[in-house]
Amino acid sequence: MCAKQVKKVEREVPTTGHTWDGIQEFDNPMPRWWVWVFYACIVWGIGYTIAYPAWPLINGHTQGIYGSTERANVEADIKAFDDANAPIKAKLVAADLASIPSNDELKTFAVSAGASIFKNNCAQCHGSGAAGVQGKGYPNLLDNDWLWGGDMEAIHTTITHGIRNTTDPDARLSEMPKFGADGILEKDQINQVVEHVLAISGQEHDATLAAAGVTVFAENCAACHGPEGKGDRTLGAPNLTDAIWLYGGDRATLTYTVTNARYGVMPAWNTRLSEDEIRAVATYVHSLGGGE
Amino acid sequence: MGILDKHKFIETNASLLLVLSFIVVTIGGIVEIAPLFYIQNTIEKVEGVRPYTPLELAGRDIYIREGCYVCHSQMIRPMRDEVERYGHYSLAAESMYDHPFQWGSKRTGPDLARVGGRYSDAWHVDHLSNPQAVVPESVMPKYAFLSNAEIDGKYIEDIMKTHRIVGVPYTDDDLTNAVADFKAQADPNADSAGLEERYKKVNIANFDGKPALTEMDALIAYLQVLGTMVDFSTFIPDPTR
Repeated sequence: MCAKQVKKVEREVPTTGHTWDGIQEFDNPMPRWWVWVFYACIVWGIGYTIAYPAWPLINGHTQGIYGSTERANVEADIKAFDDANAPIKAKLVAADLASIPSNDELKTFAVSAGASIFKNNCAQCHGSGAAGVQGKGYPNLLDNDWLWGGDMEAIHTTITHGIRNTTDPDARLSEMPKFGADGILEKDQINQVVEHVLAISGQEHDATLAAAGVTVFAENCAACHGPEGKGDRTLGAPNLTDAIWLYGGDRATLTYTVTNARYGVMPAWNTRLSEDEIRAVATYVHSLGGGE
Repeated sequence: MGILDKHKFIETNASLLLVLSFIVVTIGGIVEIAPLFYIQNTIEKVEGVRPYTPLELAGRDIYIREGCYVCHSQMIRPMRDEVERYGHYSLAAESMYDHPFQWGSKRTGPDLARVGGRYSDAWHVDHLSNPQAVVPESVMPKYAFLSNAEIDGKYIEDIMKTHRIVGVPYTDDDLTNAVADFKAQADPNADSAGLEERYKKVNIANFDGKPALTEMDALIAYLQVLGTMVDFSTFIPDPTR
Protein backbone atom coordinates (compact mmCIF):
# COMPACT_ATOMS: atom_id res chain seq x y z
CA MET A 1 0.00 0.00 0.00
CA CYS A 2 2.43 2.60 1.09
CA ALA A 3 4.95 2.98 -1.63
CA LYS A 4 7.31 5.25 0.19
CA GLN A 5 9.46 3.65 2.77
CA VAL A 6 9.78 5.84 5.83
CA LYS A 7 13.39 6.68 6.07
CA LYS A 8 15.02 5.77 9.30
CA VAL A 9 16.09 8.97 10.99
CA GLU A 10 19.56 8.86 12.33
CA ARG A 11 19.62 10.64 15.64
CA GLU A 12 22.47 11.61 17.81
CA VAL A 13 20.97 10.20 20.97
CA PRO A 14 23.04 8.32 23.49
CA THR A 15 21.99 4.82 24.37
CA THR A 16 21.71 3.45 27.85
CA GLY A 17 24.28 0.85 27.03
CA HIS A 18 21.86 -2.01 27.59
CA THR A 19 21.80 -4.56 24.83
CA TRP A 20 19.15 -7.27 24.75
CA ASP A 21 19.22 -9.64 21.82
CA GLY A 22 20.81 -6.88 19.77
CA ILE A 23 18.18 -4.33 20.72
CA GLN A 24 19.51 -1.10 22.13
CA GLU A 25 17.69 1.38 24.35
CA PHE A 26 17.84 5.11 23.60
CA ASP A 27 18.41 7.33 26.55
CA ASN A 28 16.09 10.21 25.53
CA PRO A 29 15.54 12.89 28.15
CA MET A 30 12.02 13.23 29.59
CA PRO A 31 10.00 16.09 28.03
CA ARG A 32 10.73 19.20 30.04
CA TRP A 33 7.01 20.03 30.61
CA TRP A 34 6.51 16.58 32.06
CA VAL A 35 9.44 16.94 34.42
CA TRP A 36 8.21 20.30 35.67
CA VAL A 37 4.69 19.02 36.24
CA PHE A 38 6.22 16.13 38.16
CA TYR A 39 8.22 18.47 40.41
CA ALA A 40 5.19 20.70 40.88
CA CYS A 41 3.14 17.71 42.02
CA ILE A 42 5.74 16.86 44.65
CA VAL A 43 5.75 20.42 45.96
CA TRP A 44 1.93 20.51 45.94
CA GLY A 45 1.83 17.17 47.75
CA ILE A 46 4.10 18.42 50.51
CA GLY A 47 2.04 21.58 50.84
CA TYR A 48 -1.17 19.54 51.01
CA THR A 49 0.05 17.34 53.85
CA ILE A 50 0.96 20.49 55.79
CA ALA A 51 -2.34 22.23 55.12
CA TYR A 52 -4.76 19.33 55.55
CA PRO A 53 -5.09 16.23 57.76
CA ALA A 54 -2.60 13.68 56.50
CA TRP A 55 -0.12 11.74 58.56
CA PRO A 56 -1.02 9.04 61.05
CA LEU A 57 0.67 9.48 64.44
CA ILE A 58 0.62 7.39 67.59
CA ASN A 59 -2.61 8.78 69.09
CA GLY A 60 -4.25 10.45 66.17
CA HIS A 61 -3.28 12.19 63.01
CA THR A 62 -1.91 15.55 61.92
CA GLN A 63 -4.76 18.07 61.74
CA GLY A 64 -3.20 20.37 59.13
CA ILE A 65 -2.72 24.08 59.65
CA TYR A 66 -6.26 24.90 58.52
CA GLY A 67 -7.77 22.38 60.94
CA SER A 68 -10.20 21.51 58.18
CA THR A 69 -12.52 18.52 58.71
CA GLU A 70 -15.51 17.25 56.76
CA ARG A 71 -17.59 17.26 59.92
CA ALA A 72 -16.87 20.88 60.68
CA ASN A 73 -17.44 21.81 57.04
CA VAL A 74 -20.86 20.22 56.81
CA GLU A 75 -21.86 21.80 60.10
CA ALA A 76 -20.81 25.21 58.82
CA ASP A 77 -22.63 24.62 55.51
CA ILE A 78 -25.87 23.76 57.26
CA LYS A 79 -25.46 26.60 59.75
CA ALA A 80 -25.04 29.12 56.93
CA PHE A 81 -28.44 28.18 55.49
CA ASP A 82 -30.06 27.95 58.91
CA ASP A 83 -28.75 31.40 59.78
CA ALA A 84 -30.02 32.85 56.52
CA ASN A 85 -33.52 31.55 57.30
CA ALA A 86 -33.32 32.04 61.05
CA PRO A 87 -35.48 35.19 61.29
CA ILE A 88 -38.41 33.75 59.34
CA LYS A 89 -38.08 30.36 61.02
CA ALA A 90 -38.21 32.05 64.41
CA LYS A 91 -41.36 33.87 63.34
CA LEU A 92 -42.85 30.61 62.11
CA VAL A 93 -42.19 28.89 65.43
CA ALA A 94 -43.46 31.84 67.44
CA ALA A 95 -46.64 32.33 65.42
CA ASP A 96 -49.99 31.01 66.52
CA LEU A 97 -50.47 27.82 64.48
CA ALA A 98 -53.93 28.73 63.25
CA SER A 99 -52.75 32.13 62.02
CA ILE A 100 -49.99 30.82 59.74
CA PRO A 101 -52.18 30.10 56.65
CA SER A 102 -53.56 33.65 56.72
CA ASN A 103 -50.16 35.29 57.12
CA ASP A 104 -48.84 35.80 53.59
CA GLU A 105 -45.18 36.07 54.51
CA LEU A 106 -45.17 32.96 56.68
CA LYS A 107 -47.41 30.98 54.37
CA THR A 108 -45.23 31.60 51.32
CA PHE A 109 -42.14 30.43 53.17
CA ALA A 110 -43.83 27.51 54.91
CA VAL A 111 -45.54 26.14 51.81
CA SER A 112 -42.38 26.08 49.73
CA ALA A 113 -40.22 24.72 52.56
CA GLY A 114 -42.98 22.26 53.44
CA ALA A 115 -43.27 21.04 49.86
CA SER A 116 -39.67 19.87 49.80
CA ILE A 117 -39.92 18.35 53.27
CA PHE A 118 -43.06 16.54 52.12
CA LYS A 119 -41.37 15.12 49.03
CA ASN A 120 -38.48 13.79 51.07
CA ASN A 121 -40.36 12.41 54.05
CA CYS A 122 -44.06 12.00 53.37
CA ALA A 123 -44.39 11.19 49.67
CA GLN A 124 -43.37 7.54 50.11
CA CYS A 125 -46.70 6.81 51.82
CA HIS A 126 -48.95 9.73 50.93
CA GLY A 127 -47.75 9.93 47.31
CA SER A 128 -45.68 12.64 45.66
CA GLY A 129 -48.92 14.50 44.86
CA ALA A 130 -50.29 13.84 48.39
CA ALA A 131 -53.22 11.84 47.02
CA GLY A 132 -52.37 8.89 49.27
CA VAL A 133 -52.61 5.32 48.06
CA GLN A 134 -56.23 4.37 47.52
CA GLY A 135 -57.28 1.12 49.12
CA LYS A 136 -53.96 0.66 50.93
CA GLY A 137 -54.68 2.76 53.96
CA TYR A 138 -52.45 5.75 53.15
CA PRO A 139 -54.82 8.72 53.47
CA ASN A 140 -55.40 11.23 50.72
CA LEU A 141 -54.36 14.65 52.00
CA LEU A 142 -55.95 16.64 49.17
CA ASP A 143 -59.58 16.27 50.21
CA ASN A 144 -61.43 17.58 53.26
CA ASP A 145 -62.07 14.12 54.70
CA TRP A 146 -59.85 13.97 57.79
CA LEU A 147 -59.40 11.08 60.19
CA TRP A 148 -57.92 13.05 63.08
CA GLY A 149 -58.82 16.59 62.11
CA GLY A 150 -57.75 19.00 59.41
CA ASP A 151 -57.05 22.29 61.13
CA MET A 152 -53.48 23.46 61.63
CA GLU A 153 -53.41 22.32 65.25
CA ALA A 154 -54.58 18.80 64.39
CA ILE A 155 -52.26 18.37 61.40
CA HIS A 156 -49.36 19.66 63.48
CA THR A 157 -50.07 17.16 66.27
CA THR A 158 -50.40 14.29 63.83
CA ILE A 159 -47.06 15.04 62.16
CA THR A 160 -45.27 15.69 65.44
CA HIS A 161 -46.31 12.51 67.25
CA GLY A 162 -47.57 10.25 64.49
CA ILE A 163 -50.38 7.74 64.70
CA ARG A 164 -50.39 4.43 66.62
CA ASN A 165 -46.60 4.10 66.62
CA THR A 166 -44.72 2.51 69.49
CA THR A 167 -41.96 5.09 69.70
CA ASP A 168 -43.86 8.21 70.78
CA PRO A 169 -46.00 8.01 73.94
CA ASP A 170 -48.02 11.01 72.71
CA ALA A 171 -48.90 9.38 69.40
CA ARG A 172 -52.59 9.36 68.60
CA LEU A 173 -53.96 5.99 69.45
CA SER A 174 -57.12 4.03 68.85
CA GLU A 175 -57.65 0.41 68.02
CA MET A 176 -60.49 -1.17 66.16
CA PRO A 177 -61.35 -4.61 67.57
CA LYS A 178 -60.93 -7.63 65.33
CA PHE A 179 -64.63 -8.43 65.38
CA GLY A 180 -64.28 -11.67 63.43
CA ALA A 181 -60.78 -12.87 64.21
CA ASP A 182 -61.26 -12.39 67.96
CA GLY A 183 -64.74 -13.91 67.95
CA ILE A 184 -66.64 -10.81 69.05
CA LEU A 185 -69.19 -11.15 66.24
CA GLU A 186 -70.57 -14.19 64.49
CA LYS A 187 -70.11 -14.54 60.79
CA ASP A 188 -73.73 -13.67 59.97
CA GLN A 189 -73.59 -10.66 62.29
CA ILE A 190 -70.59 -9.43 60.31
CA ASN A 191 -72.51 -9.93 57.08
CA GLN A 192 -75.40 -7.94 58.53
CA VAL A 193 -73.26 -5.05 59.69
CA VAL A 194 -71.43 -4.96 56.36
CA GLU A 195 -74.79 -4.65 54.57
CA HIS A 196 -75.72 -1.86 56.98
CA VAL A 197 -72.49 0.01 56.18
CA LEU A 198 -73.17 -0.50 52.48
CA ALA A 199 -76.63 0.97 53.10
CA ILE A 200 -75.51 4.08 54.99
CA SER A 201 -72.80 4.75 52.40
CA GLY A 202 -75.45 4.70 49.68
CA GLN A 203 -74.34 1.52 47.97
CA GLU A 204 -76.27 -1.44 46.66
CA HIS A 205 -77.19 -3.69 49.59
CA ASP A 206 -79.47 -6.43 50.88
CA ALA A 207 -82.21 -4.55 52.77
CA THR A 208 -83.15 -7.41 55.12
CA LEU A 209 -79.57 -8.04 56.25
CA ALA A 210 -78.95 -4.30 56.51
CA ALA A 211 -81.97 -3.86 58.78
CA ALA A 212 -80.63 -6.60 61.05
CA GLY A 213 -77.24 -4.88 60.94
CA VAL A 214 -78.62 -1.71 62.54
CA THR A 215 -78.56 -3.28 66.00
CA VAL A 216 -75.16 -4.88 65.47
CA PHE A 217 -73.82 -1.51 64.39
CA ALA A 218 -75.38 0.31 67.33
CA GLU A 219 -73.94 -2.17 69.81
CA ASN A 220 -70.48 -2.62 68.37
CA CYS A 221 -69.53 0.19 66.00
CA ALA A 222 -71.42 3.29 67.06
CA ALA A 223 -69.17 3.94 70.07
CA CYS A 224 -66.40 5.04 67.71
CA HIS A 225 -68.04 5.60 64.33
CA GLY A 226 -71.04 7.42 65.84
CA PRO A 227 -74.70 6.37 65.84
CA GLU A 228 -75.07 7.50 62.23
CA GLY A 229 -71.68 6.21 61.15
CA LYS A 230 -70.33 9.70 60.60
CA GLY A 231 -67.10 8.90 62.38
CA ASP A 232 -65.31 10.54 65.30
CA ARG A 233 -62.17 12.55 64.84
CA THR A 234 -61.11 12.29 68.45
CA LEU A 235 -60.73 8.54 67.88
CA GLY A 236 -59.58 8.64 64.29
CA ALA A 237 -62.72 6.71 63.35
CA PRO A 238 -63.55 7.29 59.69
CA ASN A 239 -66.86 8.59 58.43
CA LEU A 240 -68.58 5.55 56.88
CA THR A 241 -71.33 7.45 55.14
CA ASP A 242 -69.27 9.24 52.50
CA ALA A 243 -67.85 7.61 49.41
CA ILE A 244 -64.28 8.07 50.62
CA TRP A 245 -62.64 4.86 51.79
CA LEU A 246 -59.25 4.33 53.32
CA TYR A 247 -59.07 0.62 52.57
CA GLY A 248 -62.00 0.19 50.20
CA GLY A 249 -65.77 0.22 50.56
CA ASP A 250 -66.86 -2.84 48.61
CA ARG A 251 -68.48 -5.82 50.29
CA ALA A 252 -65.37 -8.03 50.36
CA THR A 253 -63.09 -5.32 51.73
CA LEU A 254 -65.60 -4.24 54.37
CA THR A 255 -65.97 -7.85 55.49
CA TYR A 256 -62.20 -8.16 55.76
CA THR A 257 -61.96 -4.86 57.66
CA VAL A 258 -64.64 -5.82 60.19
CA THR A 259 -63.18 -9.30 60.61
CA ASN A 260 -59.49 -8.39 61.00
CA ALA A 261 -59.64 -4.65 61.81
CA ARG A 262 -57.16 -2.08 60.54
CA TYR A 263 -54.27 -0.50 62.34
CA GLY A 264 -52.68 2.21 60.25
CA VAL A 265 -49.39 3.43 61.69
CA MET A 266 -47.65 6.73 61.05
CA PRO A 267 -44.19 7.38 62.51
CA ALA A 268 -43.55 10.34 64.79
CA TRP A 269 -41.58 13.03 62.98
CA ASN A 270 -40.38 15.10 65.91
CA THR A 271 -37.27 12.93 66.06
CA ARG A 272 -36.34 13.73 62.46
CA LEU A 273 -37.81 17.17 61.79
CA SER A 274 -37.36 20.36 63.78
CA GLU A 275 -40.34 22.38 65.01
CA ASP A 276 -40.07 24.88 62.16
CA GLU A 277 -39.92 22.03 59.63
CA ILE A 278 -42.99 20.36 61.14
CA ARG A 279 -44.85 23.67 61.02
CA ALA A 280 -43.79 24.20 57.42
CA VAL A 281 -44.96 20.80 56.25
CA ALA A 282 -48.18 21.14 58.26
CA THR A 283 -48.87 24.41 56.47
CA TYR A 284 -48.13 22.74 53.15
CA VAL A 285 -50.57 19.90 53.86
CA HIS A 286 -53.12 22.42 55.11
CA SER A 287 -52.77 24.39 51.87
CA LEU A 288 -53.45 21.41 49.61
CA GLY A 289 -57.20 21.94 49.56
CA GLY A 290 -58.71 20.30 52.59
CA GLY A 291 -57.34 22.57 55.31
CA GLU A 292 -59.88 23.71 57.85
CA MET B 1 26.23 6.24 41.53
CA GLY B 2 27.03 3.24 43.71
CA ILE B 3 23.93 1.21 44.49
CA LEU B 4 21.94 2.63 41.58
CA ASP B 5 24.40 0.98 39.17
CA LYS B 6 23.37 -2.39 40.55
CA HIS B 7 19.90 -2.17 38.97
CA LYS B 8 21.03 -4.29 36.07
CA PHE B 9 21.69 -7.10 38.52
CA ILE B 10 18.17 -6.80 39.94
CA GLU B 11 16.51 -6.46 36.57
CA THR B 12 18.18 -9.57 35.22
CA ASN B 13 17.14 -11.72 38.20
CA ALA B 14 13.37 -12.10 37.97
CA SER B 15 13.00 -13.77 41.37
CA LEU B 16 15.02 -11.12 43.14
CA LEU B 17 13.01 -8.40 41.36
CA LEU B 18 9.80 -10.05 42.58
CA VAL B 19 11.00 -10.28 46.18
CA LEU B 20 12.19 -6.68 46.26
CA SER B 21 8.97 -5.42 44.59
CA PHE B 22 7.00 -7.27 47.22
CA ILE B 23 8.99 -5.63 50.01
CA VAL B 24 8.34 -2.16 48.57
CA VAL B 25 4.60 -2.83 48.25
CA THR B 26 4.53 -4.22 51.80
CA ILE B 27 6.10 -1.06 53.22
CA GLY B 28 3.44 1.00 51.44
CA GLY B 29 0.71 -1.25 52.79
CA ILE B 30 1.99 -1.12 56.36
CA VAL B 31 2.16 2.67 56.31
CA GLU B 32 -1.42 2.90 55.08
CA ILE B 33 -3.10 0.11 57.00
CA ALA B 34 -1.20 -0.42 60.25
CA PRO B 35 -2.25 2.88 61.89
CA LEU B 36 -5.90 1.84 61.57
CA PHE B 37 -5.23 -1.00 63.98
CA TYR B 38 -3.46 0.96 66.69
CA ILE B 39 -4.97 4.45 66.49
CA GLN B 40 -7.67 4.28 69.13
CA ASN B 41 -9.74 7.01 67.53
CA THR B 42 -10.33 5.18 64.25
CA ILE B 43 -13.70 4.10 65.58
CA GLU B 44 -14.92 6.63 68.09
CA LYS B 45 -16.70 5.40 71.18
CA VAL B 46 -20.41 5.78 70.66
CA GLU B 47 -23.19 4.99 73.10
CA GLY B 48 -25.94 2.67 71.96
CA VAL B 49 -24.47 0.56 69.17
CA ARG B 50 -25.23 -3.10 69.83
CA PRO B 51 -24.84 -6.29 67.79
CA TYR B 52 -27.80 -7.24 65.61
CA THR B 53 -30.49 -9.46 67.12
CA PRO B 54 -30.75 -12.93 65.57
CA LEU B 55 -33.78 -11.89 63.49
CA GLU B 56 -32.12 -8.66 62.33
CA LEU B 57 -29.00 -10.61 61.44
CA ALA B 58 -31.09 -13.02 59.36
CA GLY B 59 -32.73 -10.03 57.69
CA ARG B 60 -29.33 -8.60 56.95
CA ASP B 61 -28.34 -11.84 55.23
CA ILE B 62 -31.51 -11.61 53.10
CA TYR B 63 -30.59 -8.00 52.30
CA ILE B 64 -27.21 -9.18 51.08
CA ARG B 65 -28.59 -12.25 49.30
CA GLU B 66 -31.10 -10.17 47.33
CA GLY B 67 -28.39 -7.71 46.40
CA CYS B 68 -30.10 -4.70 47.96
CA TYR B 69 -26.64 -3.14 48.29
CA VAL B 70 -26.41 -3.00 44.51
CA CYS B 71 -28.87 -0.10 44.48
CA HIS B 72 -28.86 1.13 48.10
CA SER B 73 -25.93 2.52 50.04
CA GLN B 74 -25.79 2.67 53.82
CA MET B 75 -23.54 5.60 54.46
CA ILE B 76 -24.63 9.19 54.82
CA ARG B 77 -21.62 11.29 53.94
CA PRO B 78 -20.84 14.52 55.76
CA MET B 79 -22.25 16.80 53.06
CA ARG B 80 -25.16 19.20 53.44
CA ASP B 81 -27.46 17.65 50.82
CA GLU B 82 -27.05 14.19 52.31
CA VAL B 83 -27.50 15.26 55.92
CA GLU B 84 -30.59 17.31 55.03
CA ARG B 85 -32.10 14.43 53.13
CA TYR B 86 -31.17 11.34 55.12
CA GLY B 87 -30.29 12.56 58.59
CA HIS B 88 -27.11 12.75 60.64
CA TYR B 89 -23.99 11.60 58.77
CA SER B 90 -22.96 8.04 59.48
CA LEU B 91 -20.34 7.18 62.09
CA ALA B 92 -17.81 4.38 61.78
CA ALA B 93 -19.12 2.88 65.02
CA GLU B 94 -22.57 2.43 63.51
CA SER B 95 -21.28 -0.26 61.17
CA MET B 96 -18.72 -1.77 63.55
CA TYR B 97 -20.72 -5.02 63.80
CA ASP B 98 -21.37 -5.23 60.05
CA HIS B 99 -19.45 -8.05 58.39
CA PRO B 100 -19.20 -7.12 55.59
CA PHE B 101 -20.20 -3.47 55.87
CA GLN B 102 -22.92 -2.21 53.52
CA TRP B 103 -21.63 1.32 52.88
CA GLY B 104 -21.79 1.00 49.13
CA SER B 105 -21.13 3.66 46.54
CA LYS B 106 -24.01 3.12 44.12
CA ARG B 107 -27.39 4.73 44.66
CA THR B 108 -30.16 3.82 42.30
CA GLY B 109 -32.46 3.96 45.30
CA PRO B 110 -32.00 6.15 48.36
CA ASP B 111 -29.47 5.63 51.12
CA LEU B 112 -30.83 3.35 53.83
CA ALA B 113 -28.42 4.09 56.68
CA ARG B 114 -31.23 5.77 58.68
CA VAL B 115 -34.33 4.18 57.21
CA GLY B 116 -35.21 2.59 60.57
CA GLY B 117 -38.44 3.96 62.01
CA ARG B 118 -38.99 6.22 59.05
CA TYR B 119 -41.92 4.21 57.69
CA SER B 120 -44.42 1.86 59.28
CA ASP B 121 -43.96 -1.91 59.13
CA ALA B 122 -47.10 -2.14 56.98
CA TRP B 123 -45.58 0.29 54.51
CA HIS B 124 -42.48 -1.90 54.22
CA VAL B 125 -44.67 -4.93 53.50
CA ASP B 126 -46.62 -3.04 50.83
CA HIS B 127 -43.48 -1.52 49.40
CA LEU B 128 -41.35 -4.67 49.31
CA SER B 129 -44.24 -6.70 47.87
CA ASN B 130 -44.94 -4.21 45.12
CA PRO B 131 -42.93 -0.98 45.28
CA GLN B 132 -44.94 0.67 42.50
CA ALA B 133 -48.17 0.23 44.47
CA VAL B 134 -47.04 2.85 46.98
CA VAL B 135 -44.36 4.70 45.03
CA PRO B 136 -45.44 4.74 41.37
CA GLU B 137 -42.17 6.41 40.29
CA SER B 138 -40.05 3.58 41.70
CA VAL B 139 -37.94 1.24 39.55
CA MET B 140 -37.39 -1.24 42.37
CA PRO B 141 -38.15 -4.92 41.66
CA LYS B 142 -40.87 -6.74 43.59
CA TYR B 143 -39.95 -8.93 46.56
CA ALA B 144 -43.41 -10.34 47.36
CA PHE B 145 -41.98 -13.87 47.56
CA LEU B 146 -40.32 -12.99 50.87
CA SER B 147 -43.77 -13.26 52.48
CA ASN B 148 -44.00 -16.90 51.42
CA ALA B 149 -40.52 -17.97 52.52
CA GLU B 150 -40.90 -19.27 56.06
CA ILE B 151 -37.86 -19.32 58.30
CA ASP B 152 -37.18 -21.01 61.62
CA GLY B 153 -33.74 -19.76 62.62
CA LYS B 154 -32.24 -23.22 62.28
CA TYR B 155 -28.74 -21.98 61.46
CA ILE B 156 -28.84 -18.61 63.19
CA GLU B 157 -26.66 -19.78 66.08
CA ASP B 158 -23.96 -20.90 63.64
CA ILE B 159 -24.17 -17.59 61.82
CA MET B 160 -23.79 -15.72 65.11
CA LYS B 161 -20.81 -17.90 66.02
CA THR B 162 -19.21 -16.96 62.72
CA HIS B 163 -19.79 -13.30 63.48
CA ARG B 164 -18.24 -13.82 66.90
CA ILE B 165 -15.08 -15.17 65.26
CA VAL B 166 -14.67 -11.90 63.37
CA GLY B 167 -15.18 -9.82 66.49
CA VAL B 168 -18.89 -9.28 67.15
CA PRO B 169 -19.29 -9.62 70.94
CA TYR B 170 -22.11 -12.16 71.08
CA THR B 171 -22.07 -13.80 74.51
CA ASP B 172 -22.62 -17.49 75.20
CA ASP B 173 -26.00 -16.45 76.54
CA ASP B 174 -26.84 -14.79 73.21
CA LEU B 175 -25.90 -17.96 71.36
CA THR B 176 -27.86 -20.30 73.64
CA ASN B 177 -30.99 -18.19 73.25
CA ALA B 178 -30.47 -17.44 69.56
CA VAL B 179 -33.40 -19.44 68.21
CA ALA B 180 -35.76 -18.35 70.99
CA ASP B 181 -34.82 -14.69 70.47
CA PHE B 182 -35.16 -15.16 66.73
CA LYS B 183 -38.79 -16.20 67.12
CA ALA B 184 -39.65 -13.88 70.01
CA GLN B 185 -38.80 -10.69 68.15
CA ALA B 186 -41.55 -11.26 65.59
CA ASP B 187 -44.16 -12.26 68.16
CA PRO B 188 -45.49 -9.48 70.41
CA ASN B 189 -47.21 -12.10 72.58
CA ALA B 190 -44.05 -14.08 73.33
CA ASP B 191 -42.06 -13.73 76.53
CA SER B 192 -39.46 -11.24 75.42
CA ALA B 193 -37.85 -10.24 78.73
CA GLY B 194 -34.61 -12.05 77.88
CA LEU B 195 -34.52 -10.67 74.36
CA GLU B 196 -34.99 -7.12 75.63
CA GLU B 197 -32.27 -7.57 78.20
CA ARG B 198 -29.79 -8.95 75.70
CA TYR B 199 -30.47 -6.40 72.95
CA LYS B 200 -31.03 -2.77 73.95
CA LYS B 201 -34.09 -1.00 72.53
CA VAL B 202 -35.07 -4.07 70.48
CA ASN B 203 -38.09 -3.51 68.27
CA ILE B 204 -40.57 -6.35 68.85
CA ALA B 205 -43.46 -6.59 66.41
CA ASN B 206 -45.23 -8.90 64.04
CA PHE B 207 -43.51 -7.07 61.22
CA ASP B 208 -45.45 -8.47 58.27
CA GLY B 209 -48.76 -8.70 60.12
CA LYS B 210 -49.16 -12.39 59.26
CA PRO B 211 -48.93 -15.34 61.65
CA ALA B 212 -46.03 -17.16 59.97
CA LEU B 213 -42.43 -16.10 60.59
CA THR B 214 -41.09 -15.29 57.14
CA GLU B 215 -38.14 -13.66 55.44
CA MET B 216 -40.34 -10.57 55.17
CA ASP B 217 -40.38 -10.31 58.98
CA ALA B 218 -36.61 -10.68 59.16
CA LEU B 219 -35.87 -8.13 56.45
CA ILE B 220 -38.23 -5.54 57.95
CA ALA B 221 -36.78 -6.14 61.43
CA TYR B 222 -33.37 -5.37 59.93
CA LEU B 223 -34.55 -2.29 58.00
CA GLN B 224 -36.32 -0.88 61.05
CA VAL B 225 -33.17 -0.95 63.18
CA LEU B 226 -30.92 0.75 60.64
CA GLY B 227 -29.51 3.98 61.98
CA THR B 228 -31.62 3.96 65.13
CA MET B 229 -29.06 2.74 67.66
CA VAL B 230 -27.30 6.05 68.31
CA ASP B 231 -29.31 8.79 69.98
CA PHE B 232 -28.06 11.96 68.34
CA SER B 233 -30.02 14.16 70.70
CA THR B 234 -27.51 13.25 73.42
CA PHE B 235 -24.43 12.35 71.39
CA ILE B 236 -22.39 15.01 69.63
CA PRO B 237 -19.59 13.65 67.49
CA ASP B 238 -16.12 15.14 67.84
CA PRO B 239 -15.76 17.60 64.94
CA THR B 240 -11.97 17.15 64.66
CA ARG B 241 -12.16 13.63 63.29
